[in-house]
Amino acid sequence: MTPITQNPPAAAVPAQSFKPSMLWHALPWALAIGIYFIADGYHGLGTNIMIWILFAVSLDLALGYGGIITLGHAAFFGAGAYCAGIFAIHVNNDPLLGLLVATLFAGLLGFITGMLILHTRGETLLMLTLAIAAILYEAANHARWLTGGDDGLSGIRVAPVLGLFRFDLWGKTAYLYTLSVLFVWFVIAFFVVRSPFGRSLDGIRQNAKRMRAIGTPVWWRLVAMYALSAAMAGTAGALMAQTTRIVGLSSLELLTSGVVAVMLVLGGERRLYGAFIGATIYVIVQDLAGAISPFIWMFVIGFLLIIIVLFFEGGLMGIIDDVVNRLKGRGRKDQRS
Amino acid sequence: MTQLLTILLDGMSYGMVLFIISVGLTVTMGLMRVVNLAHGAFAMIGGYMATVLVLKLGVPFLLACVLAAIAAGILGGLAEMTVYRPLYRKGELPQVLLTIGLCFVAIAALTFFVGPTPLPAIVPAWLDQMVDIGFRLYPAYRLFLIVVGGLLAFVVWLIIERSLFGARLRAAVDDPQMARSVGMDVSRMFTITFVGGCALAGFGGAIGAGVLPLEPFYALRYLVYFLIVVAVGGMGSFRGSLVAALAIGIVDTAGRYIVPQFGGFLLYLLVFALLLWRPNGLLPPKSVA
Amino acid sequence: MSEADPILKVRGLCKNFGALAVTQQVDLDLARGARLGLIGPNGAGKTTLVNLLTGMLSSDAGTIVVDGQNLEQAKPETRVRHGLVRTHQINTLLMESSARDNVAVAVAERENFAWRMLRFGRQWRACQTEAQHYLEEMGIGHVGDRRVSQMPYGEQRLLEIAIGLSLKPRILLLDEPAAGIPSTEAHVIHDALERLPRDIAILLIEHDMDLVFKFAKEIVVLVTGRVLTRDVPANISANAEVRSVYLGRSAV
Repeated sequence: MTPITQNPPAAAVPAQSFKPSMLWHALPWALAIGIYFIADGYHGLGTNIMIWILFAVSLDLALGYGGIITLGHAAFFGAGAYCAGIFAIHVNNDPLLGLLVATLFAGLLGFITGMLILHTRGETLLMLTLAIAAILYEAANHARWLTGGDDGLSGIRVAPVLGLFRFDLWGKTAYLYTLSVLFVWFVIAFFVVRSPFGRSLDGIRQNAKRMRAIGTPVWWRLVAMYALSAAMAGTAGALMAQTTRIVGLSSLELLTSGVVAVMLVLGGERRLYGAFIGATIYVIVQDLAGAISPFIWMFVIGFLLIIIVLFFEGGLMGIIDDVVNRLKGRGRKDQRS
Repeated sequence: MTQLLTILLDGMSYGMVLFIISVGLTVTMGLMRVVNLAHGAFAMIGGYMATVLVLKLGVPFLLACVLAAIAAGILGGLAEMTVYRPLYRKGELPQVLLTIGLCFVAIAALTFFVGPTPLPAIVPAWLDQMVDIGFRLYPAYRLFLIVVGGLLAFVVWLIIERSLFGARLRAAVDDPQMARSVGMDVSRMFTITFVGGCALAGFGGAIGAGVLPLEPFYALRYLVYFLIVVAVGGMGSFRGSLVAALAIGIVDTAGRYIVPQFGGFLLYLLVFALLLWRPNGLLPPKSVA
Repeated sequence: MSEADPILKVRGLCKNFGALAVTQQVDLDLARGARLGLIGPNGAGKTTLVNLLTGMLSSDAGTIVVDGQNLEQAKPETRVRHGLVRTHQINTLLMESSARDNVAVAVAERENFAWRMLRFGRQWRACQTEAQHYLEEMGIGHVGDRRVSQMPYGEQRLLEIAIGLSLKPRILLLDEPAAGIPSTEAHVIHDALERLPRDIAILLIEHDMDLVFKFAKEIVVLVTGRVLTRDVPANISANAEVRSVYLGRSAV
């Protein structure tokens, strides 16, 4: 054992040096840019996927990293969508300004509701998140004069991005616009989960009692993460409103909250990229199977969920990890023998 | 005054349907601590089953409801033994997702076999008439729901409060660890309770089709109501679920009558406030109180 | 405040659970750098006392003064910031994280880094570096990278102390640091305790009498929520009253 000294110079923990495996981080973005050039006719689908990715990453922050069990995240997605739509129609149709307003609105909503509900845990918290989404749904349903009720909010016109790039009929501008916004938010999320803040939330997820004992204001920190996640979900909703130019009540539905959770778990929670894989596969399966019958995708997704929960808890990313680790392990053994 | 009584009766008949469907959910959620979002699917399956039996095969209404309850119970038992059992040891998120998955599968299967359009309500002729109840004419169907709901509540009360099985069940809800350590076969109790709960849900879905119309997304659309009954009543509390179901039925009906522009808004707001005030519901069992 | 004043001064602390008085009029002084042991039979209210001191439970009456400031009403996290820190009897470690990160989150909290959302590189590494230092002080520097769930139980107990130490406490409440450790290995914990900085006042709650009598300079005996006596170890083991409380226990 090391004898104690007043201030033993512990070896500094080194900064992570560059490793070739870090190049993997560039893959999804390179892919997204590549698809832009080759996939004519699929830009709408691509945009849709990226919006869901953003939404799923936002849920990953709250649910995956923060351990906040929620089934009402559509509240913030829908709030962002309606806010962006209404702002564009009645106030100003600049897309970036609308995006900012919607993001702040959803974030504020997350902050206020978070302050109210994050004292609770477990099933009660789940019910409260459900209730918030249901309240917003009913509010949007009955405020026809503002939201269009169950006809949806239509007539959204969006000005060119930065006054330069017009939203074209093929959705090319929308694709790049969404990709850029997703990238910005992803970088923020990437930093947040690795920051001291993100580590302390990971601690709260694992053991809130421990964190209280080291002086963590647990409730405030959960509220902060919830608000951040809500803001991000609001951006996703706003993107949906701006790129499809219509907002429906379905953006606030329980099904929407469920679907985004499904995407996250399908890909694997607490790894950010899980949301990428989960949302992509979900939307594509929905698109392909939906072309045959709108209900086949429900069957496929439902079945996948059951299998994943019962047999593959880490989601698809978890399966990939397992395979990679096994290959690596075998490689090492081979070298030794 | 007449309007007030009408609201009360409408609310009660609606609340009774909610109660029949949700009482199984509250007991299973209280007993097994599983967030079960697929409960509505069993009600939906029961409703579909009964409708098909009545419309396609001409089975009498009540018999069809009972057969639907049996079918839902059997399906529930199978589900409990296969997919629910591994869930007991997992966290809330896996539970939520797997049961949503079950909902999806049920929705897809019913749409595949029966079709995507809403089903007509199967109210038999002897119930499809108005009865004079002193101050006005009132639909016999709704009175029937109140009576049947009351009878079922009494039977469930007898089982839970007066039978040996019920005593063990209450003990297990109040203190699951104790129940295990005194050697109760908790796992068999889970299965029996789950079957019973699903059968009740199936029955409720069948006789309540005139109140909660059957359509493929039934399992998700009304899920919020079933969960609210559980949360407001206190998870695992039989009396709580009866009180909560009736209160929700009446509040929701009153809201729609008196302030139609707010719709369900009022109900959700009240539920939200109540859960903030009493996170464990109105009448929680001892283990969580 | 002079240096001679006690760093922790508890007066008239009371707590009732319904009709049951679990803490009755407890007075307790802890001088700077004290090494005080707290013993008592099961149910004497030792853990309740720790929970009251750290604010995990709210007290019904009394004052808890740390360095001249009454913290009786303060939230647990505020008390930690005033240097009143505890370790846990049952492990509440972050089992999925590495040993080093368990300490680093505490360092980040102490330094108020934990609100920073976008500074992940240098600052977090600084926390980790300091965390490594505390692991080494507890003699477990070599397992810094290991997940807690894969560490042997004894090392987990040392990690628990390292986390407490990393908060730079002025008062450290050690709640049964040797719980669950076979008495043949208790010396590892004892060695670790002996190496804690001299200026920290320590209250050691422990069932292992050998450990308490070796480590503490003074011992307080708690019985049914009351302070029975306070004395140096030699007198405690000779005290007839204490012996009768521990009747049948040969440890004393």
